[in-house]
Amino acid sequence: MTFPGSLDDTDAARAVRNAGAEPVPLWHADRDLRGVDAVILPGGFSYGDYLRCGAIARFSPVMAELVPAARSGLPVLGICNGFQILCEAHLLPGALTRNAGLRFITRDVRLTVANTDTAWTSGYASGQQLLIPLKSGEGAYAADPATLDELDRAGRVVVRYASSAPNGSARGIAGVCNEAGNVVGLMPHPEHAIDPLTGPSGDGLGFFTSVLQAFAGAGSAGADK
Amino acid sequence: MSDKDTVEVAAATPEQPQPFAELGLTAGEYAKIRDILGRRPTAAELALYSVMWSEHCSYKSSKVHLKRLAPNEEQARKLLAGIGANAGVVDIGRGYAVTFKIESHNHPSFVEPHQGAATGVGGIVRDILAMGARPVAVMDALRFGPADAHDTARVLPGVVSGISFYGNCLGLPNIGGELAFDPCYAGNPLVNALCVGVMRHEDLKAAVATGPGNKVVLFGSRTGPDGVGGASVLASATFGDDGDGKARAKRPSVQVGDPFMEKLLVECCLELYAAELIEGIQDLGAAGIACATTELAAGGEGGMRVTLDDVPLRDPSLTPAEILMSESQERMMAVVAPGNVAEFLRVCAKWDVEATVIGEVTSDGTLTMTWRGGTVVSIPPRTAADGPVYQRPMARPADLDSLQAAPPDSLDRPKDGPALRATLLALLGSADEADKSWVTAQYDHYVRGNTVLAMPEDGGLLRVDEQTRLGIALATDGNGRYCRLDPYDGTQLALSEAYRNVAMTGATPAAVTNCLNFGSPEDPQVMWQLAEAVRGLADGCAALGIPVTGGNVSLYNQTGDNAIHPTPVIGVLGVHDDVSRRLAAGFTIDAAQVVLLGATREEFGGSAWAHVIHQHLGGRPPAPDLDAERRLATLITTAASDGLLASAHDLSTGGLAIALAESCLRGARGCRVSVPGDPFTALFSESAARAVVAVTPGREDEFARLCAAHGIPAMVLGETGGDTLTVEATFEVPLPELRQAWEGTLPALFG
Repeated sequence: MTFPGSLDDTDAARAVRNAGAEPVPLWHADRDLRGVDAVILPGGFSYGDYLRCGAIARFSPVMAELVPAARSGLPVLGICNGFQILCEAHLLPGALTRNAGLRFITRDVRLTVANTDTAWTSGYASGQQLLIPLKSGEGAYAADPATLDELDRAGRVVVRYASSAPNGSARGIAGVCNEAGNVVGLMPHPEHAIDPLTGPSGDGLGFFTSVLQAFAGAGSAGADK
Repeated sequence: MSDKDTVEVAAATPEQPQPFAELGLTAGEYAKIRDILGRRPTAAELALYSVMWSEHCSYKSSKVHLKRLAPNEEQARKLLAGIGANAGVVDIGRGYAVTFKIESHNHPSFVEPHQGAATGVGGIVRDILAMGARPVAVMDALRFGPADAHDTARVLPGVVSGISFYGNCLGLPNIGGELAFDPCYAGNPLVNALCVGVMRHEDLKAAVATGPGNKVVLFGSRTGPDGVGGASVLASATFGDDGDGKARAKRPSVQVGDPFMEKLLVECCLELYAAELIEGIQDLGAAGIACATTELAAGGEGGMRVTLDDVPLRDPSLTPAEILMSESQERMMAVVAPGNVAEFLRVCAKWDVEATVIGEVTSDGTLTMTWRGGTVVSIPPRTAADGPVYQRPMARPADLDSLQAAPPDSLDRPKDGPALRATLLALLGSADEADKSWVTAQYDHYVRGNTVLAMPEDGGLLRVDEQTRLGIALATDGNGRYCRLDPYDGTQLALSEAYRNVAMTGATPAAVTNCLNFGSPEDPQVMWQLAEAVRGLADGCAALGIPVTGGNVSLYNQTGDNAIHPTPVIGVLGVHDDVSRRLAAGFTIDAAQVVLLGATREEFGGSAWAHVIHQHLGGRPPAPDLDAERRLATLITTAASDGLLASAHDLSTGGLAIALAESCLRGARGCRVSVPGDPFTALFSESAARAVVAVTPGREDEFARLCAAHGIPAMVLGETGGDTLTVEATFEVPLPELRQAWEGTLPALFG
């Protein structure tokens, strides 16, 4: 999916291709998901993020199609700005706020996989450690205590920072999912960790192969479109 | 000056006084303009000439020297053949071409660090875009006053946040650059931004307006009152030594950047190129519409007619002169065939980019602009685009002899192991040598997914083609202290280091760009430094067999009478045949032989040791040896492609000691070495054309034979492994202690 200001869309497409699937470009202004089996909202600065990150992108025409599709089970992965958009669109709980140090941070971070039941993490082992780049200025996950408790209770924290969160995220949360587990958002960038030549590891590829395995297991395109 | 100062009014009022001096023109230049036009210029024409003839746009003081940089036959072979006007494009093979350039944004970054640095990135990116290339990466070479100075705490974080804000939001990886400190930059920080772009051979675009009847389209952001006179009153002027006050008064001359619009503009332009909807294109940078119209018109064979009323404005009260001089960012100008205009506008609308037809190409040889029914500009465009040429007087700096006669020979040197150890830790923890993560962690180097190497490696390395793994390497270097002692040798040393850094990745150096940062050209001593630097660069590039493909000159970098050290910043581009065979600096395996390549002499003039330990600058810089650089580069490239090396790191400031420490820290692995002769010279001398490598186990003999074949002295120092940096019989430093010295400095200074 490309919004005005999306930056990591080519990277997400490369990750999909390397995982063995066909990337299909989607455009923010088209109310059309083109029959795809899953959607990735990539990183970037949609609309410059001059307002709250993702706050304008959530009103894009394509979101009018995506939101009901996601509620009906279409696998959706939001990375960084994509995660922020999913929160703004209320497909995921909570919000992303300025980093604790108030500066943009690019750093390779260790993540612990906390939930392997989602569409995007089923290929990982529970507790598995991943080395994946984080690069964001507003990456501190925040939610009210009741929401955080509920996320913990229901196992909806998908990945956590293995050591202290560099951005001050609540309870070390790096990524969460919706109740059904088809919608996942995370701040670190698995699409930048698909090849040790250009990333810190190949650990991120599992997000993209997981969703393919889910389709293979279901025998056909799993979602409603 | 009246808003309705038309050509007719100007012709009828020859005696009307005009503010040429306030606009940065001399009385002689003003007289020349009257001579060209046969009347006094209108207010708009005066504004146009003042920015076009500014030092920043016209290169009027440096032009006579820059002629030396024209490529010879060997150098020209590296360039994309058959394109005279766009000689800045390098053929990297397999149908790909690369264009790269570095530009200064020094003055705006001192006045308003965040926006000054941000728009420096934006400007150079549009420059590359206008060649027809997709911008693929940026780098920044930054120089500030003393790291602990009060004003550095204002300027440095602002500059870094500006680059971070603009570059990250624009989506270009920042793959390297420089960070250096010296008191000479206290009132004149240097902010040089580099951009590199990639295209297919057939995609090259020209900045010419041809074909009478073709439409002139302005697209991108609206024109506002920001950056008015940036090129003339800001970039081509010296600030007084009352610093703050004067600088603040010039803040309206600093532009304000919108990286989101720039991202849209980039994607929009690339789609316009792909659809072949453009006849000619020009970016709007310094001197805004004045520059774009005159250069497009002067580049073509005809003229151009522009209706200034049609320029979309953010502030409707702008006068024609202000519209012409505004340096509002994120704007481009295209020449479009009439039949393509509708499709052109449709593509712009898709990207939410405002586009407006503001004029057309004519055949009358005149650049004409109308506003509210009157003609406010009517000039031969070439007279504005070409500008004056000055043979400024030159004089060898009066203090150079005494400076060169005071080498650091008599300074106290560390004499035993503990003193050498303390020297290493002091240098490693100095702001110049310390870990730069505080800065680079604020930049995104991953975006676009083709970054193979980025800072803190010697050179940045990008993959260009996923199938063939063809890539490009880039490095920038400069050393003001070396150049102060000898601008000719100092420039060759900067060239040598950038060339060596590119070679350390395994790439073959192919082309050079440069940003010449100097003081006032009105000072004959500065002009001598500039001429010597250009001569050194020209001779150096000829010796290395690589062409200069472009560059930028930034003058008036001085506070009152105090000029900065002459600081040419040299960028080198290399071609990597297979980026999967890249080399990095870190020791990543145990028990690999550590070998020092090149000859070490006792060379401490302008060294990090003299500066950090003794605050001393004197003597002569290390001797450049371009022939040895060329052989060393060939050796490393060959060894990399044959898989003989596990790591490679060039030696530069701080010498072998700093290079070994960096290789240990980056690979999180120690080494045990012994050094020959006087350990102080062996560890801290800054002789050029040297590198330290770790050899792939089992390939030692093969590598030794290769070194001999290339005539490169190779001395086995020891091997990798352990968790200390150990110099036999001299000292031992545990890696955590080394790391603490290296990583603690910048966070302690800047939070």
